Amino acid sequence: MNAPSSGCRDLPVLKESGQREVFCGLTSIIWLHRKMQDAFFLVVGSRTCAHLLQSAAGVMIFAEPRFGTAILEETDLAGMADANEELDREVDRLLSRRPDIRRLFLVGSCPSEVIKLDLEKAAERLRSRYAPKVNVLNFSGSGIETTFTEGEDACLASMVQELPKTDARQLMLVGALPGVVEDQMLELVAGLGIERVSVLPSTDADTELAVGPNTSFALTQPFLGETYGALKRRHARHIAAPFPFGELGTTAWLHAIAADFGIDAEVVERVTEAPCARARQAVAKASDVLDGKSVFFMPDSQLEIPLARFLTQECGMRPIEVGAPFIHRDVVGPDMETLAENGAPVFSEGQDVDRQLDRVRAARPDLTVCGLGLANPLEAEGLATKWAIELVFTPIHFYEQAGDLAGLFSRPLRRHAALSVAAE
Amino acid sequence: MKLTVWTYEGPPHVGAMRVVTGMKDMHYVLHAPQGDTYADLLFTMIERRNHRPPVTYTTFQARDLGEDTAHLFKSACKEAYDRFQPAAMVVGASCTAELIRDDPGGLAEAMDLSIPVIPLELPSYQRKENFGADETFFQIVRALAKPMDKDARPSCNLIGPTALGFRHRDDITELTGLLEDMGVTVNVTAPMGASPADIQTLGRAHFNVLMYPETGESACRWMERELNLPFTKTVPIGVGATRDFIAEVAELTGLKPHLDEARLRQPWYSASVDSTYLTGKRVFIFGDGTHVAAAARIARDEIGFEVAGIGCFNREQARPIRALAKEYGVEALISDDYLEVEAKIEALQPELILGTQMERHIGKRLGIPCAVISAPVHVQDFPARYSPQMGVEGANVIFDTWVHPLVMGLEEHLLHMFREDFEFNDAAGPSHHHGSAHATPEVVASADVIWLDPAERELRKVPFFVRGKARRNTEAFAAERGIGEISVETLYEAKAHYAR
Repeated sequence: MNAPSSGCRDLPVLKESGQREVFCGLTSIIWLHRKMQDAFFLVVGSRTCAHLLQSAAGVMIFAEPRFGTAILEETDLAGMADANEELDREVDRLLSRRPDIRRLFLVGSCPSEVIKLDLEKAAERLRSRYAPKVNVLNFSGSGIETTFTEGEDACLASMVQELPKTDARQLMLVGALPGVVEDQMLELVAGLGIERVSVLPSTDADTELAVGPNTSFALTQPFLGETYGALKRRHARHIAAPFPFGELGTTAWLHAIAADFGIDAEVVERVTEAPCARARQAVAKASDVLDGKSVFFMPDSQLEIPLARFLTQECGMRPIEVGAPFIHRDVVGPDMETLAENGAPVFSEGQDVDRQLDRVRAARPDLTVCGLGLANPLEAEGLATKWAIELVFTPIHFYEQAGDLAGLFSRPLRRHAALSVAAE
Repeated sequence: MKLTVWTYEGPPHVGAMRVVTGMKDMHYVLHAPQGDTYADLLFTMIERRNHRPPVTYTTFQARDLGEDTAHLFKSACKEAYDRFQPAAMVVGASCTAELIRDDPGGLAEAMDLSIPVIPLELPSYQRKENFGADETFFQIVRALAKPMDKDARPSCNLIGPTALGFRHRDDITELTGLLEDMGVTVNVTAPMGASPADIQTLGRAHFNVLMYPETGESACRWMERELNLPFTKTVPIGVGATRDFIAEVAELTGLKPHLDEARLRQPWYSASVDSTYLTGKRVFIFGDGTHVAAAARIARDEIGFEVAGIGCFNREQARPIRALAKEYGVEALISDDYLEVEAKIEALQPELILGTQMERHIGKRLGIPCAVISAPVHVQDFPARYSPQMGVEGANVIFDTWVHPLVMGLEEHLLHMFREDFEFNDAAGPSHHHGSAHATPEVVASADVIWLDPAERELRKVPFFVRGKARRNTEAFAAERGIGEISVETLYEAKAHYAR
């Protein structure tokens, strides 16, 4: 379980290119800004970027949120010197109005990448001006480089580069999780008896994080391929494991961590016995509806493979096709292998949305997991759907959320069964 | 470079999408990077459309940039043509593709497709969504519409409604009925519901009804010149405007003006005694220029509010809104900066905001009720029920919508009488709002004015929904007179001073 065996490397994957019905990485800001409460995310981009953030947020929750877009105008496109001066001015204005900001992320976009506006240099310049009060970092959330959740990946990778070095033996848990879930995770890990545990990203800038050769890290989100690479470059060791979804995923994840720290499997069993039973019971309620039903995953967040593993192995669903925008085999290998053994779906990477929809229509799955742009059109064709974005916004990790996770998939099916008056 | 938190309008290519998505047999090939497909969900989620917008995105990535993005555009164009077999196509670039200068128009033309291909040049770094819609529809009309023999009977086109428009769906129904009652048939409604074949026959009508200048004015001006189609200048939102509109149609057609007012309830509802409490309530109006102008007239002349301020987010309408503001004796706020609008509302302290979904949020924060009168749209702006803004039913709907957020006349008195009662306590809020408390922020007294304890206690007896105002008025009154301590007497002197 500790390292991906060669098995997953040999699994065939259908690679597609064409129109992709996915968000760009900027969308990650929607949950990152809530996780890091003293951070501001300043997108350097176009009106389209601002409109995307607003639309993806769905509702305008805050009068003044901790993200915004510095919109490039015709004059900025004329000369580069101008754009940098303008950016400095906007940052200055922002930081003087918002003294609560301790971390500022300059976020690259498609237009800023295409005109080659060097945000790394800009971040360096601004960092020297505002240190130590405000740390200025940069990453790209552009659609030409990142898909949806890869924005979080790029953000966390940018933070790894900045971390001080430590030789202490420690566990680092990587991925932005809702507070309640993070607390449960820390309690489980504490139960194993691991003393030094840190979480990336931290809620506030004052939490001291460090990394080094005696750091082992476990990912809590499968889309953190760049961050994985960045941590390995800092000589940290990756704990390969299935992702902690459902009872079996969570238990396997904890076992892998325990093994890395030389902790007895018995300890894991003792710590997890009660929550395992609760999770099993909660999942059973939803899996009545899910058992034997077919599921089709359109590519969206890279959560597809681990979640399909959960639905197949723990809820009895039949995976037809599991599409992901990108498959990082070092990261999702264990889930991919289990999934291949249990359900043998078609794995697809990338997308040509019209062709993939042809396959959906041919297979007529009981449930299609897809983005918001596709859900209502498929429902109108009589196909039950689950919006993928909810899987990113809702607490779904670990034992206590296993029932909720199964419920997210069973609800559309129960709803289809409940409605007896059809839409024309 | 300008820092933007929330935007009132999307980029111009989203305007183009609104036109094309409203139409039939039309396809839009958009040269755009991955991620721009987010715009699809505006239509499928907010408007609950049951089809994907007819848009193909080329989805270029960083690695394509060094190579041949033009080739990518051509193959996307060809595949869209083969798969969807549209009757006409528009092609263009989103903001990022505009920078790489692939010339989608030229590329598509060179492909020699057997259908009309209409190139769009939408400057993403200068203009916005409404411009994009207006320009796209104008280009489509210019490319496809031809001079024709006129209908034997009086007929018109309804111009301007698009996908994702604020109540466009129901306004079309209302106006179609209104015009039919007068003996005018609707030749074509466009862009909403029109196919390229319909666009060709626009010239058959005798005149155009310009429903939404934001999205249809350029096309109407062109048709006036080239197809001999005059267009109406009154947007029939509100009772007065609807009557003026009917008069305008009568003049254009030579028909007798006729408006069936049997279902019109707004003027009586406004005159009935429960509405007395609406008198002189100060309103701030903000939205797109067309809806703001209509709302100002209704607010003052049909409901009896006092217009405390007006403004619009679309610069294209700055001139008429400034002129209108002068007429109402207020200053116009022309801005698409949400924070500026919020500051204005905070300074004016109106009793009601007539605004967009943005102002609804501002209102929530400031504890000021708000009714929504204009785009940008939200899923709530697509109600299941028939809910137009235009014509007779529109006037009824507007009355209900604007009055709903306020505490009702009789209810206001009951709250006074029973304010010690647990059900009517301050936190209860108006009964029709699910008992949720108003988030009225208690204004902290300025350092140089002190509230004496008895005055503070007296202030607490004032119903919550006017307490903030009473506090502000009293403090302003005290400050003006150099009074350092507010007593019960000061409170009531201020009340008498501000009484209307």
